[in-house]
Amino acid sequence: MDTIKHHLTESLLMGYSSGNLPEAFNLVVAAHISMCDDCRARLASYDAVGGAVLDDTAPACLAADSFEQTLARIKGEAPGRPTISRPAPGVLPAPLREYVGGDVDAIRWRPVGGGVKQAVLPTSQDATARLLRIPAGAAVPDHGHRGLELTLVLQGAFHDETDHFGRGDVEVAGEELHHTPTAETGEDCICLAATDAPLRFRALIPRLVQPFLGI
Amino acid sequence: MVAETRQTDWIEHVRRIEQERDETAFAELFQHFGPRVKAFLMKSGANETLAEECAQEVMATLWNKAHLFDPSRASVATWIFTVARNRRIDALRKQKRPEPEDLPWGPEAEPDQEEVLALQQDTARLGRALADLPEKQRHLIEKAYFGDLSHTEIAEETGLPLGTIKSRIRLALDRLRHAMR
Ligand SMILES: [Zn+2]
Ligand SMILES: [Zn+2]
Repeated sequence: MDTIKHHLTESLLMGYSSGNLPEAFNLVVAAHISMCDDCRARLASYDAVGGAVLDDTAPACLAADSFEQTLARIKGEAPGRPTISRPAPGVLPAPLREYVGGDVDAIRWRPVGGGVKQAVLPTSQDATARLLRIPAGAAVPDHGHRGLELTLVLQGAFHDETDHFGRGDVEVAGEELHHTPTAETGEDCICLAATDAPLRFRALIPRLVQPFLGI
Repeated sequence: MVAETRQTDWIEHVRRIEQERDETAFAELFQHFGPRVKAFLMKSGANETLAEECAQEVMATLWNKAHLFDPSRASVATWIFTVARNRRIDALRKQKRPEPEDLPWGPEAEPDQEEVLALQQDTARLGRALADLPEKQRHLIEKAYFGDLSHTEIAEETGLPLGTIKSRIRLALDRLRHAMR
């Protein structure tokens, strides 16, 4: 928990708090925060800004029977006090398990070449989220970015031209970065990657397979 | 000072709702926040009918989920904002909202009263800082929270003093982690 070195940016936290991010980015943010108390506290401070904005909003007129209708809603619903169960420890944080339908062993991997496997997660169309499994020591083809790419490490570690990234670390790559993420030896690296624009591959082969991969 | 007293009061209202199912406390909370939640949703692009319906749902959620409110980590206004925001994403954007794994309460982790008070003071300070921002900057922040800015338009620097409130919440989280061990 305290070994996380690479955190979410201010604009991602504020974007998540204010509800302006695509679902795929929300997923990365929620997964990182599940592992990082520092960003959890930073997010709560952005939520507090939202609370101040709400409290400061000029009130609108409610329907005449608004309160009675709300009471009727309450009485129609079962009084909710579900027992909060803590998820068993695993590789994937809870928000990701909801998309996968379980932990790592429930991921349906598809090979994408070079020993790398991926599983695209169902999110809204404005950005895509995928799990990547990079064999120990192997690399993802070098590429640039047209938009924003967030990569969160869930197992193992990788390095690229900028730094080393271990479990819980998130790399925020923009258009200025061109990199070749390479998994450390010893253990396969599993990451959650989200992009809001297709990547730009330098080599010919990845460019040909790109339409099939959908990255 | 008025704002701080009111915030303390709202915490007591939520406690009465949770433990005593007190409809008077709920009516007072409803009277203050219901019209604000509706206005918030209309500024986010909901038409009046949808905003009315969602505001009722948000307020009903407060009644049903009062036990999830943690006054050492958020003010009542902040808590209501997060419920309203999630309802907005669901109703207007038709998207799922992934939420972080929650840190549940243990019976031994009752909120510390000093921490609760300190968080309220920091929250009130944040509210005043927001009100004191130059008009243009405040407008931009409001626009963001009404869901009206893309994430690329959100600037890194808000000009708001978030540091103190952040360390306050971090402290509460550390306590919670410790109690869970
Ligand atoms: Zn972090
Ligand atoms: Zn990349």
